[in-house]
Amino acid sequence: MTDKIKIKDLNFHYGAKQALKNINLSVKEKEITALIGPSGCGKTTFLRCLNRMHDLYPGNRYEGEIIIDGKNILEKGLDLIKLRSRVGMVFQKPTPFPMSMFENVAFGVKLMGIRKKKEISERVEKALRDSALWDEIKDRLHEPALSLSGGQQQRLCIARAVAVEPEVILMDEPCSALDPVATAKIEDLMTDLKKYYTVVIVTHNMQQAARVSEYTGFFMLGEVVEFDFTRKIFTAPANKLTEDYITGRFG
Amino acid sequence: MDAQSFHYMRRKFYNLLALSVSVISAGFGIFFLFWILKDVISFGLPALNGSFFTELPAPPGAEGGGLANAIFGTMLITGIATAIGVPSGILAGTYLSEYGRKSRVASVVRFVSDILVSAPSIVVGVFVYALLVKPFGGFSAIAGAVALSIIMLPVVIRTSEEMLKLVPDATREAALALGAPHWKVTVHVVYRGALRGITTGVMLAVARVSGETAPLLFTSFNNSFWNFDMSEPTATLTVTIFNYAMGPYEDWHQKAWGGAFLITAIVLCVTLLSRLIVRRKAA
Repeated sequence: MTDKIKIKDLNFHYGAKQALKNINLSVKEKEITALIGPSGCGKTTFLRCLNRMHDLYPGNRYEGEIIIDGKNILEKGLDLIKLRSRVGMVFQKPTPFPMSMFENVAFGVKLMGIRKKKEISERVEKALRDSALWDEIKDRLHEPALSLSGGQQQRLCIARAVAVEPEVILMDEPCSALDPVATAKIEDLMTDLKKYYTVVIVTHNMQQAARVSEYTGFFMLGEVVEFDFTRKIFTAPANKLTEDYITGRFG
Repeated sequence: MDAQSFHYMRRKFYNLLALSVSVISAGFGIFFLFWILKDVISFGLPALNGSFFTELPAPPGAEGGGLANAIFGTMLITGIATAIGVPSGILAGTYLSEYGRKSRVASVVRFVSDILVSAPSIVVGVFVYALLVKPFGGFSAIAGAVALSIIMLPVVIRTSEEMLKLVPDATREAALALGAPHWKVTVHVVYRGALRGITTGVMLAVARVSGETAPLLFTSFNNSFWNFDMSEPTATLTVTIFNYAMGPYEDWHQKAWGGAFLITAIVLCVTLLSRLIVRRKAA
C-alpha cells in the first residue's frame, strides 16, 4: 500500500502558541486513517493542516513538510484552491449552504468547470447516490438544504465534498452532532468511500475508530504518541499512555 | 402596622410607581405618533384626487393643479440615489465583513461610516452644494441624488456588514474547503445567506432618504414644471411640502398635507414590506 500523504517533522503555531510538535506519520492511499486523543490534543489542528485551512486566519505558522504525492504542500506560493479541490473536508457540524439540496451539491460540481445542465444533474445524482442520500431526497431536491435532518445534512455535505472528486477526504468528528442511527449510516458510507478516496477522520468515539479505520494515530498534547494499525493500537498498544487512554483510565 | 408589612407596602408602592411611569411614557410617545398620523390622514386624504397625481402645480394663488412633477422628481432622485448608494454601500459592507475584518483600514472605514450616520443631513446638503452645485453653476437633480446617496451610504454599509457577519464562518470554511475561490464563496454562498437581511436594510435606507428635505433644498431645489434633465433643478415632494406649507394660500396648505400623506404612506409601506421580509426569514 502506497503512502498518499507523508508528514515530516510538522510543527504548527497559533501565533505564539505551539499546537503541534514534531508530527511524523504517513497516511496510506485508499484507507481510512483515524486520529484519536483527548480534547485539545491537536487532532483537529493537524487535520486542518492537511488542506491548509489555517491559512484563512492571520498569525498561524507551519514548519516541516506535508508531502502529498511527492509534493510539499507547505511550500510558499502553493495554489490553495487547487490543493483544496484535491483534499476535501467534512466538518463537525453539518455546513449546508443556504440554498436547495440540489444547488448545494451542484456548487461543487460547477467548481470543476462543468457548465452543461445535463451533466451537472447527472453528477449531482451520482454524488447523492454515492452518499446514500439519493433515495431519501430525490423527490424534494429543490427544497432548502436546511430542511433536512442533521444526519441527512451531514451526508449532503459529504456528497458535496465527493462531487468535486477529491483524492483525500478529511472528516473532523463528522458524527459528533448525530444520533446513533445517523452515525451508523455515515460509518457505512465511509467504508464505501475508501474504495475511491483516502480518508482521514478525527473522532472522539474510540469504537468508531476501531470499527472503520485501518490505521490509528493517538495524539496527546500536540504530539503523536503512537501511530500503527488500528487493531494493534486497540489490542496491543506499545505505549502506556495509549493503553491508559483506550481503556478509559483518563481522557 | 409592624416593620415587615410596612416594607411590603413600600415595595408594592414603588412597583406601582415604576409601572405607571413607564406606561405613561410609552403612552406619551405613541399618543404623538397617532396624533401625527391622524392629522396627516384627515388633512391629507381629502387633498388627494386624480389631478393631484397627474397635473402640474397651478400658478400661485390659483386653485387646482397637482404635484405630478414632484412625485416624479422624488421617484427619480430617490431612484438615482439608490442606484449610487446601494451598490457602493453593499460592496463596502462586503469589504468590511469578508476582506478587511479586523484590519486597520476596516476599522477606520467602520469609524468613519458611524460618524457619517449621525452627520446632520443639512451638512451633507451644504457639502454637495459646494461640490456639485456651485462649480457647475446651478441646482440639479443629480446633485440631490448624490446628497441622498451620501446619507444612504453609511446605513447600507453597516447593515450589509452586520447581515453578512450573521452567515457563520463554518459556511465560508466549508465552501473554501471545496476549492472555491474567495470571490465565489462571497457571491454564491455568503450573499445567498444574507440576501433577505440586506434587502431589508436597503429598503429602510430608501425609506429614510425619501423623506429627506434639508439636503435637497441646496441641491435639487425646486421646479414648477416637468423636468427630465438631470442637470436642471427638479421638484420633489418633500421640498414642495416645505414651500407650500410656508405659503400664503389655503390651496397650497391642502396640497402640502396631500404630499405629507403620500410620503408617510410610502415610508410606511416600505417599512412594512421590509418587516414582512424579515418575518419570512424567521419562519
